[in-house]
Amino acid sequence: MASIKDMTDTHNWSGQKLVTADHMLFEAPREKHFMTGSEVLKEAVKRCTVDASVSYPITPQSEAAHLIGELWAEGYVGTYFRGENEFGVMSEVAGCAMAGARTITTTSGPGTLRAMENFPQWSGTRIPCQLILMARGINSPLTIQPDNLEVTFMLETGCQIWYAENVQELFDMTIAAFIVAEKPDVHVPIVTVVDGFFVSHTRESVMLPADDIALLPYEPYKSPLPPIDSETPPGRFLRDPFVMKSNYISYATHASWQWEVRSAVERSRPYAKHFLNGLVHVTGTPDAEIAFVTCGTASHQAKEAERELMKLGVKTKVIKLRTIRPFPKEELLKELEGVKHIFVPEFNVVGWLEKEVKAALHNNHTAEVIGGPRVAGGMSMPAEAILKEVFEHINVEGK
Amino acid sequence: MANQGPAYYSPYPAALYDGVITPPEGKALLLEEVVDEEIAMREIAKQMLTKENATIFPGPQVLYGYNEEAKKKATLIKEMAEVLNAKMIPMYDYRPKYPKIDAEVEINPNHPNLTIWHNNIKAAIFIGVHCHYANVALKMVRCETDCYTIAICGLSGHEDAMATLRDQHSSELEKFIKIAREVKAELKL
Repeated sequence: MASIKDMTDTHNWSGQKLVTADHMLFEAPREKHFMTGSEVLKEAVKRCTVDASVSYPITPQSEAAHLIGELWAEGYVGTYFRGENEFGVMSEVAGCAMAGARTITTTSGPGTLRAMENFPQWSGTRIPCQLILMARGINSPLTIQPDNLEVTFMLETGCQIWYAENVQELFDMTIAAFIVAEKPDVHVPIVTVVDGFFVSHTRESVMLPADDIALLPYEPYKSPLPPIDSETPPGRFLRDPFVMKSNYISYATHASWQWEVRSAVERSRPYAKHFLNGLVHVTGTPDAEIAFVTCGTASHQAKEAERELMKLGVKTKVIKLRTIRPFPKEELLKELEGVKHIFVPEFNVVGWLEKEVKAALHNNHTAEVIGGPRVAGGMSMPAEAILKEVFEHINVEGK
Repeated sequence: MANQGPAYYSPYPAALYDGVITPPEGKALLLEEVVDEEIAMREIAKQMLTKENATIFPGPQVLYGYNEEAKKKATLIKEMAEVLNAKMIPMYDYRPKYPKIDAEVEINPNHPNLTIWHNNIKAAIFIGVHCHYANVALKMVRCETDCYTIAICGLSGHEDAMATLRDQHSSELEKFIKIAREVKAELKL
């Protein structure tokens, strides 16, 4: 167990040397490990000088919250406690973050929906907390299986949404996410999504920097709203009367406030671009006329399909979106130049990513967009399913 | 009415949706153009010196003596007002003013247009206002008034202002005051 010490200019309370995110992500030497997504999240949190974490011990969607609890016991996380339910957890996360704490939690599926009212409240209060969303299904009968339907509910909450493909991206994104969310001109919550089970429970190789370094602490007095203290009570503006009024001034304030939250998400673009090495990542043949637009583990399966299609002489490319909010429209359109057929494989029945892609392409691109294949309810997406979708729409010789 | 700024007139425009973003470090923003800080400072001084009822809106970060930097900034803002022949109307907190704001002497981020209308302010500097409240106010001011808005920000700047300076600490305020004196002399004011 690390000993609890006071924070200094050079070291945090657990004795880790404080470094910038650039050093942590781009310069610090790394060693190879073999870990699950949950384990790697623990390693990321360990290196983030996290002040607070709150969890709800629902049936284990992942071990992540439990492992963050171990970090608290080991002295790496400032405080850690349990909520009465997911709504309570997300409310308590808000309280911690409003008070100036770097705060993280994790949930998924029905837990996300139970906490739903909190997410636009998070963004409206401009707190830079992080939610790790290990996506799984939402339906009755209750499911705990992998499915990313829940992301569609998060899209317009005013939170930033990033999507990691694998454990390596989960590690790097978790660290970068705090830093981008805490930029004074951004300062809205960030939801880092991974596909539950496929990433959270799967062991993969991952390159990690040493654990004796950690991010510089969060500076709450750079917040765009005053952090709560003895002179600024919690939710000051929530209790102010304009919220209760029905007049033009009240409408104007609310409208401007909503624009501002969405503007804040947009301001994250240059920071996200820097820390993620671009908002999209492209593999395959640059001049291909067939593209797969993906996020999360669907990207990995699409890359498998891309390799199989190449064996048949069919050039394709995979455009993986690393951010969903802000949506990387400009980058996507650039990568789609010359593309005639776009496939959007997804782990849900509604095709939320297909809708996002179509909205971005409307009046900007003439390619055919095929929403599929779609798998859901816990099904995996073998490369063969993607190939079948391609063969149904495009005549491929030798298939 | 609202005929200035990159979005011109639209109900609650956000400059960012027109592709305007906060300036990079070391730079400033004039409408949608990224410019050198000194160029922006000269334009800001000119606007403040030539527009009707130019006013500075100091916010809580410079109205209260949180630290030595805040105190120093407050003194410099007073000097800035004198050089710019500007009035000073404080935004001393962020609570909406009910039953009615006294628009003669105060401004509030939730209805900043009332103060600007009442005092017929055609150019204004926001300084020491927490970024979120500055942005909420600047969007409304741009939509509801024809006031030329200027944000002098200690952090990343404000794209919804028509002119914005970023990373402005006491040394930068001193530089701005010096430039404002030069512009004032050039304009023979």
